[in-house]
Amino acid sequence: MPSIQSFPLGAFVVAATFLGDRPVFALGDGKVGIVDGAAAETFGVHQGGLLAAARDEAGKRLVTSGDDGRVMAIDATGSLTALAERPKKWIDQLAVGPNGTIAFAGGREAVVLLEGGKERVLPHERTVAGLAFAPKGLRLAVARYNGVSLWWPGTDAKPTEFEWKGSHIGVTWSPDGRFVVTSMQENALHGWRTSDGGGHMRMSGYPGKVKTLSWSTRGRFLATSGAEMAVLWPFHFKEGPMGKQPLQLGVSAQSVVTQVACHPSEEVVAIGYKDGSIIAARFADGDEARLRKVEGGPISALAWDTAGIRLAFGTEDGTAGIVDLAG
Amino acid sequence: MTEASQNAEIQVPVTVLTGYLGAGKTTLLNRILSENHGKRYAVVVNEFGEIGIDNDLIVESDEEIYEMNNGCVCCTVRGDLIRVVEGLMKRPGQFDGILVETTGLANPAPVAQTFFMDEDVRAKSRLDAVVTVADALNLLKRLDDAPEAEEQIAFADVVLLNKIDLVTAEQLAAVERRIREINPHATIHRTERSAVDLDKVLDRGAFDLERILSLDPEFLEADEHDHDHDHDHHHHDHDHDHDHDHHHHDHDHHHHHPRHDNAVFSISLKGGTLDPQKFFPWIQEVTQVEGPNILRLKGILAMDRDPDRYVLQGVHMIIEGTHQRPWRDDEKRESRLVFIGRKLNEEAIRKSFEACLVKAA
Repeated sequence: MPSIQSFPLGAFVVAATFLGDRPVFALGDGKVGIVDGAAAETFGVHQGGLLAAARDEAGKRLVTSGDDGRVMAIDATGSLTALAERPKKWIDQLAVGPNGTIAFAGGREAVVLLEGGKERVLPHERTVAGLAFAPKGLRLAVARYNGVSLWWPGTDAKPTEFEWKGSHIGVTWSPDGRFVVTSMQENALHGWRTSDGGGHMRMSGYPGKVKTLSWSTRGRFLATSGAEMAVLWPFHFKEGPMGKQPLQLGVSAQSVVTQVACHPSEEVVAIGYKDGSIIAARFADGDEARLRKVEGGPISALAWDTAGIRLAFGTEDGTAGIVDLAG
Repeated sequence: MTEASQNAEIQVPVTVLTGYLGAGKTTLLNRILSENHGKRYAVVVNEFGEIGIDNDLIVESDEEIYEMNNGCVCCTVRGDLIRVVEGLMKRPGQFDGILVETTGLANPAPVAQTFFMDEDVRAKSRLDAVVTVADALNLLKRLDDAPEAEEQIAFADVVLLNKIDLVTAEQLAAVERRIREINPHATIHRTERSAVDLDKVLDRGAFDLERILSLDPEFLEADEHDHDHDHDHHHHDHDHDHDHDHHHHDHDHHHHHPRHDNAVFSISLKGGTLDPQKFFPWIQEVTQVEGPNILRLKGILAMDRDPDRYVLQGVHMIIEGTHQRPWRDDEKRESRLVFIGRKLNEEAIRKSFEACLVKAA
């Protein structure tokens, strides 16, 4: 039986992750909680609220940004590094890419921190609403009004623009780099072929906004929140998910899915709901295992450790915890 | 916690501050930020430049209007507002309300529509009031040459009629009359240097909707006879004196100020109980057909065989209704509905509304 360890951290859990062995939680009040054994210690990172957090590829540090205009990094011991500052801006977008390259945005400029401390500023006509690095090579996708811009921030080249009318509020690359997918204000996803900007995959039917996107192992499925169940779009076909039915897992009669996190190696997805419950569901047969009962506020963060044994979660009302599948 | 109790979570009040350039918005904003009223406001401003205070709850934002791809031609939202609310909700309890400044040239419709259209904004916050700061000296000119100035008055729950020290009593009366033509139900406060008790502007709650439509019948009666509009300063809180029923206000604006073709005006409808089978198809049709011309609509309605007051609000094509609370025994069960807009066919709307009323047996 899985066991659960919970910590009342007292603030909205913006992100959950693991740094090495330690579960780490980024909190809306500007702090970061780090769990060591049976205790959680919190460290003050931002003066105001913490708006976004992303772990670097090596899993050594968590990068955070806040409405104090700062971009910070914290390691598993709680040691802090200031990475960038934009006074008076609310830095609400953040992405960490290959080799630990960091991109952030607060307003119409996206900024990429290059090696050697150089900053490359990428201007946009409208506010940057989502950032994601390509899985390989230094390429950045920026979600914006009416589409996405794809930059090579290591060069002075102009961006490649993929257009689709409407407000795009989040972005992700497929792990093979073949597709870019955005979530939209209109409760839908839109996908493009990276090679030519074609393909125009329209994935709709969500009752709510899609706030979390998680790729399954080997990038076969894109799992999404925003409905009464986790909706997983098949991307293992040549042309992506068009004309294919998505998998629908963990159907709830009373609640909606707020977070999804695909298992790092198995075709299993952890699903967090607005009612505070968490389940794990298997792609093959839809079998479900309940990991947390209905309790407290909506699940606001979910993340597996690299081994796929422990699942870190957080809620809007300030509870953080770890589900250990090994018991 | 059950789903029901989650839905009942606290909604943060949002005050929208509009006003034409130079009307005194920044002065009011600085007062709200600096006065010791015991409350913390998160503030979205256009420019830090003139704001004298700096803290992490003040954010400079480019007003960004996004069209929604939902087939509704007039449906727009403010993207920055959605992001700011989302960010603020990660630290609840650290502030008491949100104040959103719009630029002088802004049409308030997108900001109001955001409260209907965005699920997060709807769930976590509520539109408390649209406060419009107007310059008593220049408002009449602005209303004639700038559609945004009219829209700002049309959307107002509260109008701060500022700089009254710069005008004569007659000029002031003329300005107020014009505001009333556009929006008969806004509360008007006369001010100098934006000096108003902040509790008249902030955290108005449901109060303003109540006063808009549940007018005390006695005031209405009194109003039937007396219509001079020229009251003195000491009575400026009693602005509901000015609310009059439709026969009079119709009459009024033809008399005092010829409307230009595109002028904003209001239609106030009143009646007994409504037949929901007739009313809902009717209001759907009116808002579909006239949506682009309807800036705002509000109503408190008595539905046939429904024990509850039905409250209706709308912006352009979007309407939203809720069962507010049961009618009290001492309340007269009647329906009131106000349209504020341009080029509306008052006669046709009035007649078709009346056709939805339940006829007395």
